[in-house]
Amino acid sequence: MSFLSYLFNGISLGSVYAIIALGYTMVYGIAKMLNFAHGDVIMIGAYVTLTAMTSLTMPTIPALLLAIVVCTVLGVVIERVAYRPLRNAASPLAVLITAIGVSYLLQNIALLVFGANTKSFPSVVQFPALSLAGGKLVISSLTLVTIFACIVIMIGLTLFIKKTKAGQAMLAVSEDKGAAQLMGINVNGTIALTFAIGSALAAIAGVLLCSAYPSLTPYTGSMPGIKAFVAAVFGGIGSIPGAMIGGILLGVIEIFGRAYISSQMADAIVFAVLIVVLLVKPAGLLGKKIQEKV
Amino acid sequence: MALLEVKNLGISFGGLRAVNGFDIMIEKGQLYGLIGPNGAGKTTVFNLLTGVYKPDTGSVVLDGKEITGKKTIEISKAGIARTFQNIRLFKDMSVLDNVKAGLHNKHSYSFVSGLFHLPSYHAVEKQMTEQAMELLKVFELEEEAETLAANLPYGKQRKLEIARAMATEPKLLLLDEPAAGMNPNETKTLMEMIEFVREHFQMTILLIEHDMKLVSGICEALTVLNFGEVLAQGQTATVLNNPQVITAYLGE
Amino acid sequence: MEKKRWNKTARNNAVTYGIVIVFWLAMTLWRQSGNLSSLMQGLLVPVCIYAIMAVSLNLTVGILGELSLGHAGFMCVGAFASAFFTQCMTEAIPFVPLRFALAIIIAAVFAAIFGVLIGIPVLRLQGDYLAIVTLAFGEIIKNFVNILYIGKDSRGLHFSIKDTMSLGLEEGGKVIVKGPQGITGTSRDATFTIGIILLLITLFIILRLVQSRDGRAIKAIRDNQIAAESVGINITKYKLMAFTISAALAGVAGALYSHNLSSLTATSQNFGYNMSIMILVYVVLGGIGSIRGSMIAAAILTVLPELLRGLSDYRMLIYAVILIVAMLLNWAPAALAFREKYSLRRLLGKNKAKGVE
Repeated sequence: MSFLSYLFNGISLGSVYAIIALGYTMVYGIAKMLNFAHGDVIMIGAYVTLTAMTSLTMPTIPALLLAIVVCTVLGVVIERVAYRPLRNAASPLAVLITAIGVSYLLQNIALLVFGANTKSFPSVVQFPALSLAGGKLVISSLTLVTIFACIVIMIGLTLFIKKTKAGQAMLAVSEDKGAAQLMGINVNGTIALTFAIGSALAAIAGVLLCSAYPSLTPYTGSMPGIKAFVAAVFGGIGSIPGAMIGGILLGVIEIFGRAYISSQMADAIVFAVLIVVLLVKPAGLLGKKIQEKV
Repeated sequence: MALLEVKNLGISFGGLRAVNGFDIMIEKGQLYGLIGPNGAGKTTVFNLLTGVYKPDTGSVVLDGKEITGKKTIEISKAGIARTFQNIRLFKDMSVLDNVKAGLHNKHSYSFVSGLFHLPSYHAVEKQMTEQAMELLKVFELEEEAETLAANLPYGKQRKLEIARAMATEPKLLLLDEPAAGMNPNETKTLMEMIEFVREHFQMTILLIEHDMKLVSGICEALTVLNFGEVLAQGQTATVLNNPQVITAYLGE
Repeated sequence: MEKKRWNKTARNNAVTYGIVIVFWLAMTLWRQSGNLSSLMQGLLVPVCIYAIMAVSLNLTVGILGELSLGHAGFMCVGAFASAFFTQCMTEAIPFVPLRFALAIIIAAVFAAIFGVLIGIPVLRLQGDYLAIVTLAFGEIIKNFVNILYIGKDSRGLHFSIKDTMSLGLEEGGKVIVKGPQGITGTSRDATFTIGIILLLITLFIILRLVQSRDGRAIKAIRDNQIAAESVGINITKYKLMAFTISAALAGVAGALYSHNLSSLTATSQNFGYNMSIMILVYVVLGGIGSIRGSMIAAAILTVLPELLRGLSDYRMLIYAVILIVAMLLNWAPAALAFREKYSLRRLLGKNKAKGVE
C-alpha cells in the first residue's frame, strides 16, 4: 500500500508543479520569455495568505482570494515595468536577466517585510482524510484538494482558451504577434492578461505548496519554480496539456526517487529524467518541433 | 559527361509530395536556370542537392561522384556551394571574415599555432586574407572589407553571399533568387556579375529565379518546375515558348 | 589593410591585458600601504575567480551563441578534482607552486572531460532547451558531489556513495571527500597574484581563439548555423570545442576557489544554478560577446554587494534594483533611442564612432 500512497503524494506534488508550470508555459508561449521570477510570485502568494490568516485572522477562502488579487496585480506590474520595455530588445537574454533581477528583488522585499525566519504555514484544508481499504491507504484531504484544484484549473484554462475571445487572442498572439496586431488584437493587453492568469495560478500553487510543506522562507519559491519550469519543458514548453503531464510526472518521479532510491538524489533524478526525455524528444513530450525554414 | 546528373529525385513532407521525379543534367560551364511559380519546389530542390533534406528517392552525381543523401558539410567539400533566398550572412562578422569563413576548409593551422601565433599562423592568415581580398575585389566589396556584414546595403549583402560561396572553390554554384528584392538597375549589374563570375572562374551555375527577364537574358538552358514536377526542360528559347509553361506562369 | 586591422585588435587586446595588470598593481600597492580593508583583501581572489568564470562563459554565450545555465557545475568539478589532488599529494609534492600548478591542470582536464561528456548530448539541442539541460547537468553534478565519499589507504582509493563506513578503509586510511562535508583542510595556495596570472591566461586563450580560424568558425555558427554548414564548417566539432574550452577554464576558476578556502562543500550558493545565473548576469551586463566587458562586470558586481554592506538589510535589494535598471537602460529599445537622441557626442556635434571589439 505504501506504493499507492507514494503515488498519491507524487500526483499531489506534481499537481502543484503543474499549476506553476501552466504559468510558465503560458508566459513562454506568448511572450517567448523565461519568467524566472515566477517562482517568487508563488512565495509572495504564500506570505500574503499567511499574513491574512494569522495577522488579520481572515478565514481561508478570503485569504486565498486576497493572495490571488495581490499576485495578479504583482504579475501585471512586473510585466509592465520590467519586461514590456525589453520586448523588442536586440538580445532575448536581456529580458531573461531582468527576470532574474526581479526574482532577487521579490526575495529581498520578502526578506525585509517578513524576515529571514522560517514561518510555519497553517493548514488550509480542514476536511477529514479519505481512508480506503479499511484504513490501509489514507489519502489526506489536502492531497485530494490539490489534485481536484489542478483538474479544475486545467479544464477551466482549456475552456477559456478555446471558448472566449480573450483566449483566442492569446493563441493568435502566441502564433504571430505582428499578424495578431494587424488583426486588431490588443497585443499588450493580451500579454498582460497572460501574466495576470499565470500569477493568479502561482498564488494558488503557493498556498497548496506551503500547506503540503509548511515551512515558508523568502527562498521557498525558487526551487519549485525551477522544477515547474523543468516540468514545462518536459511536457513541451508552450503546451498546456504538456505542462500538466510534465508537472505530474515530475512530482511522481521525485516522490518515488526520494522513497525508493535516495532522498539526497531526488532532485538529481528529476533532472536526469528531463535530460533523457529531451535527448529522445528534443521538443518535450507534447511540444511542436519547429524546424527553421531554409 | 555532365557535371551534375540528377535522376528521379523526390521528397515528401508528411503526405505532401514536395518534389517528385526530378531530373536534371548540367554540363560543365553551363549557366542553367530553374524556374517555376511560387511553391513549385525550387528551393526544396536546392535543399535536396545540398543535403539540408535527405531525398526519399533518386540519385545525385557530381562530377562522377555519388553524393546522394550526404551531409551538407560533405557536399560542400565535394564542391557544391550555395546562396540563400533569405540572405544568410554571418552578420556580426566583418565582410572580410565572412569570406574567410568560406575559405575555412581550404587552409588550416593547428589550434596551438593559433594560440601562440606561430609562423604557420601568420603565413596561413596572410594567404587567406589575400585570397579573400581578391574575391572581394571581384565583387566590388574591397572597400567594405572591415564593415560588419549586417551593415551592408541589401544589394551588397547578396554579392557578399556569392563571394562567400565562391570562397569554398566549388565546382557548382547554386544561386537561390539572387535578384530578389533588387530594383531593375541592381538586377542588371547583378546579371553582369553572374556572367562575369562564370567567365572568370569558369563556373557552372544553377540559378533559381522568378524574374523571367533575368533568366531569359543569361541562362542557356532551363528547367521549369510546377507542383514539384518537371514541366519542361531544354534550351531557353524552346522552353519559354512551350504553351504549358506559358499557362503555368500566366494562368489560363 | 591587414596591418591596420591587426593593429586595431592588438591594441584592443593590449588594453584588456593592461586593465588587469593595472588592477593588480593598484591592489598590490594599496595592500602594501596597509590601507586596504581586510574585507577588500578577502575579495581579491574571488574577483579573479568570477572574472575567469565570466570570461569563460562568454565563450559559450557570446562567441558560440548558446545559453548555458550550468557553468558553475564545471567550476564544481574543477574545485573538487584539484582539491582532491592537492590532498593526495600534500606529502608527495611539498613544493607548493608545482603542486598547485598541477592541481590547476587537473582541474582543467577534469572539467574539460565533463565538458565533452555533457556537450555531446546537450549541443544537439537548441535555445531554451539547451539552457535547461545545462542547468540540469549542473544540478546533478552538485547533487552527486554531495553523496560522494572517497577515501585513501595503502591499498589505493576507495569510493562510495553511501557513507564513510562503507569505504572499508583499513587502519590509518584517510577519508578525503566526505559527502555533504566535502573536502576540508586543503592547503590555501591561491593568492591574488596567481589569480591574476590565471585570469591573464584565460584572457589570452579566449582572445587568441576568437581571432583564429577556429574562432571564425565558432562565430560563423553563432551567426548562422545553416550558412556555416553550407560552407563546410563542422558544426558539432566547433560547438564542442568552444563548450569544452569554456568548461576547462571554469575548472581553473574552480581550482582557485577550492584553494582559497580551507573547507570545500558543494551548496546551491557556490555551485548551484544560482551561481551559474549570477555568472550569466555578469556576461550580459558586461555586453554579450565583449570579453573585456564580462571581466569588468564580474569584478564590479563581486565587489558591489560588499561595498553596499553599510546599507545592511537593503544591500541585496539595491543590488537587484541596480541590475533591473541597468538592463532596462542598456537594452530597452526606447532607452537606446533616447540615449541616441540626447547623446553627448551628438550634442557636441561629433559623429558617433562605433566601437568594435
